[in-house]
Amino acid sequence: MRFEDDVLAGLIDINSRVLDVGCGDGNLLLHLKKNKKVDGRGIEIDQKKVQESVAKGLAVIEGDAEKDLISYPNSSFDFAILNQSLQQFYDPRKVMNELLRIAKKAIITIPNFGYWKVRLQLVLRGTMPVTKNLPYTWYNTPNLHMCTIKDFYNLCRLDNITIEKSISVSSDKISNIQRGNLEIKNLLSEIGIFLIKK
Amino acid sequence: MNLNFSSIKKIKIEKPLLLDCGVTLSGFNLAYETYGKLNEKKNNAILVFHALSGDQFVTETNTVTNKDGWWNLAVGKDKSIDTNKYFVICANVIGGCMGSTGPKEIDPSTGKPYGLNFPVITIKDMVSAQAHLLDYFGIKKTLAVLGGSMGGMQALQFCTLFPERTYASIPIACAASHSAQNIAFNELARQAIMADPEWDNGNYLTSGKVPRKGLAIARMAGHISYLSEQGLQNKFGRKLQKQTDVKFTFDADFEVESYLKYQGYSFVDRFDANSYLYITRAMDYFDLYKQNNGNLSKAFDGSKIKYCIISFSTDWLYPTLESKKIVIALNSIGAEVSFVEIVSNNGHDSFLVDEPAFFNTLKGFIDSTYEEFKNEI
Repeated sequence: MRFEDDVLAGLIDINSRVLDVGCGDGNLLLHLKKNKKVDGRGIEIDQKKVQESVAKGLAVIEGDAEKDLISYPNSSFDFAILNQSLQQFYDPRKVMNELLRIAKKAIITIPNFGYWKVRLQLVLRGTMPVTKNLPYTWYNTPNLHMCTIKDFYNLCRLDNITIEKSISVSSDKISNIQRGNLEIKNLLSEIGIFLIKK
Repeated sequence: MNLNFSSIKKIKIEKPLLLDCGVTLSGFNLAYETYGKLNEKKNNAILVFHALSGDQFVTETNTVTNKDGWWNLAVGKDKSIDTNKYFVICANVIGGCMGSTGPKEIDPSTGKPYGLNFPVITIKDMVSAQAHLLDYFGIKKTLAVLGGSMGGMQALQFCTLFPERTYASIPIACAASHSAQNIAFNELARQAIMADPEWDNGNYLTSGKVPRKGLAIARMAGHISYLSEQGLQNKFGRKLQKQTDVKFTFDADFEVESYLKYQGYSFVDRFDANSYLYITRAMDYFDLYKQNNGNLSKAFDGSKIKYCIISFSTDWLYPTLESKKIVIALNSIGAEVSFVEIVSNNGHDSFLVDEPAFFNTLKGFIDSTYEEFKNEI
């Protein structure tokens, strides 16, 4: 598992009900099932990855979160996870609000477009940034709506979403993000991990 | 074709079965087949439900027709459903014609074949009847129930009737109710059978006739609906039979014509026309929405069954949308459900042909489910 997935898993309560949106091959969900005894579900758009997840004994549905979240009843999960895929949706704001309808809390992780190496590439090279967490070139990236940690904060404020925990990940080290250090964390974090609720 | 019915395994159920139509069957026969061995804990049983034209001979050799079992590719030693590991049971549905009580069998009250005196049965009746097999083998809870098409409907119905008797359910290429198009195709088939003078108002067995043409046409219509447009095109296109040009007659010029004829007429050898009427009727009446006042979720509420719903991209008879409705209903009650749409060119019949992605999903789900289930029981 990736370092940041471990951090994410740390935010999940034992025996909780978890929906992993875009669960990929199901490794995170499997980890949570084994170590946190969660009652887990997943949605994944890629058929091969769904098959891999199902073969691990996970309850995963092949589907498009953008269209399919609507079929889940209110507050049916304790946690909804959106692991580095918020930026890939056509309407990330709607997806985020849907997650908070379905689950009491959501954990959202984003690759931070405000990270200094990203900014530097654009400023100095004048090309779209390619980094460890943003490995794509502009013409083949699945990322439609890149944002920075600060952007994420602003959207939460706009939609009256409470950020309960806000964690910065950089070079496999974590630190807390607060209002007071937002500018600097926005510059130094590769990834932001947020526990949010409404 | 020489059919050998002598080797069919049967159990006689003495308990009366109250059917949906109001008639009570005072007792009935269930013809069945098993593969693999039931283990000591009796927790490795898988109940397979067959489709419209299927039977209890899932794999190995069908001892009646001497042909391969209908799901040879998926079930057997070292196959997706591995009979080295699992005990696979399948029964002929009541109303069928492979040894279970149905219109072809002798009505004890008259000493003649039931024919149209056989009561109209439903999917629920079929499933209620088959549950007796589990009692017969002393199986409290199966690892999984599964089937494709009408078999999938039975797998769904089983969960609503006996939620405590299976750990998992795999409804494949099916729907929670028959659509207008489904009913229309079945009606076409029934009309073809009943329009054949040899059908003789359903009395052909007594009068020594065989409605070959009617049943063959019924099967041809069905067969077209099981294949995808692209699948048919790839396989036959406009290919002609042996000749190089059309013959300006109504004989079979095109390969697809002779293929259909072959499918139709070979079916007549092994299937009973009245059974075809009864089974298609049962499918048409299947409606889990209606059974639950329009609320499909209610059908499965409170059950702890693990579901794996599988559909195929080119199945236009039971399209993915129908499977998704089931998934949504299950999601809304927090059921443990997996769902995959397999991309395939083979239409509704995809579950019967070599489709590796499908087999992998099936195997992955069953094996991982067994790992959980065997620790529970």
